[in-house]
Amino acid sequence: MTQDQSPPPMIKMDGVYKAFGSNRVLRGMNLSIPRGSSMVIIGGSGTGKSVALKSVLGLIKPDAGEIYVDGKPAGSGDRDAFLARFGMLFQGGALFDSLPVWQNVAFRLQRGSLKRPADEARAIAIEKLRRVGLKPDVADRLPAELSGGMQKRVGLARAIAADPEIIFFDEPTTGLDPIMSGVINDLIREIVVEMGATAMTITHDMSSVRAIADNVAMLHDGVIQWAGPVADLDQSGDPYLDQFIHGRAEGPIEAVR
Amino acid sequence: MSPLSLLARLGRLALGALAAVGRVALFAISTFTHMLRPPYYPREFALSLLQIGWLSLPVVGLTAVFTGGALALQIYAGGARFNAEAVVPQIVAIGMVRELGPVLVGLMIAARVTSSIAAEIATMKVTEQIDALVTLSTNPMQYLVAPRVLAALITVPLLVGIGDIIGIAGGYAVAVHNLDFNAAAYLKNTVDFLEPLDVISSLVKGAFFGVIAATMGCYYGMQSGRGAQGVGSATKSSVEAAAVLILAANFILTGVFFSL
Repeated sequence: MTQDQSPPPMIKMDGVYKAFGSNRVLRGMNLSIPRGSSMVIIGGSGTGKSVALKSVLGLIKPDAGEIYVDGKPAGSGDRDAFLARFGMLFQGGALFDSLPVWQNVAFRLQRGSLKRPADEARAIAIEKLRRVGLKPDVADRLPAELSGGMQKRVGLARAIAADPEIIFFDEPTTGLDPIMSGVINDLIREIVVEMGATAMTITHDMSSVRAIADNVAMLHDGVIQWAGPVADLDQSGDPYLDQFIHGRAEGPIEAVR
Repeated sequence: MSPLSLLARLGRLALGALAAVGRVALFAISTFTHMLRPPYYPREFALSLLQIGWLSLPVVGLTAVFTGGALALQIYAGGARFNAEAVVPQIVAIGMVRELGPVLVGLMIAARVTSSIAAEIATMKVTEQIDALVTLSTNPMQYLVAPRVLAALITVPLLVGIGDIIGIAGGYAVAVHNLDFNAAAYLKNTVDFLEPLDVISSLVKGAFFGVIAATMGCYYGMQSGRGAQGVGSATKSSVEAAAVLILAANFILTGVFFSL
């Protein structure tokens, strides 16, 4: 008898349920994300994509089910050490208004277990800003002084500042023009490959899916309706997925008009 | 509506109110436990001292000086009905220090600081900045709430003390310049009449009111609903709750200090 020597998936969601009052958002969601791969979760608005992502981080507590990170139950052990493995790009950037850009990027490096001297933290922040295509003169500006695209880049720089093993991207191209969306998609892909990180992205944007994903999962009615490699997206034979990726109003997914 | 359903509705309201009190109490306890344990955020604390203390000085000073002046005029006019105009310095002093100073400063802090804290934290919640803090291994209770409440605990008694002095000065200015009181006699009467307990009660009230104002701002900010409406609602509720709690606490503390 041979034993399975393959490493556990970096993230595993096993029968996860979450309801808000009578609204049952996740209804037994199962998902597995291999180490070092980029998983993109697609699905309509309000299907629970953000809830799934926040459940992994412990920002939302599931009602039932298990979530494992690197083979261990999420939330077990030291919370700081657990969160230090993650970076996250929020939908609206979620930059701290009162802090200049470099302090936003270096936030994790200025406090807690990853604390560095201020000079070193600033140097790392400027290097990460450069990595996402921003010049050093942006470092001392406030987030409100930046365009939407620049704020996304700063959010991306913050997400990678502490070289996390796992990076989450929540609607990374929402609110950006197509050209800036393309730039952000390319940056995400480059950075994830370069860092060897495991990525989990949620988006509606099919151009993001094709640019970022190794694997795609579609969330519908609280469960994963379809999951597979991005190359199989157009030949899935799944009517739900087909309707979604082609943006058709007619199909098994009922659009609210 | 049947008596039974009316009773059920009243019961639900009472349970809801008790649950709200319980949530606020748990939040306050959590705030104090987070205040005591590291990590500490000196920059946030210093900024809170500046925002809550230093930048509130103008509004506190203006409120106190006009109140003290008006109080002197009222007491003089009222006292004249039974030849008791001479009590102006004593009543201004006791009125400002025991009641008007702490209550008016508390209410101004509720208007200025509670609303600002609630709006700021609610906006941070709505824009996912609170979630971002958590993902960056930073506890929002320790980073946002504890420094603000501690700063209010320290600065509001000082503001009340300053408000008391400015209020008495307002009464003095009106009495000496408009009502022909002798300046030296006015000051002597004020100092002679005030007792240490008056001042202590004023400062202790300030400490309670500061904690109430900052805690309500933080609590409603953290509980904010979504969108602009959520922020607006959180801000409004925080000021209402802080003002009512400050007045209720003032009644209780006055009883503790002067009636028991």
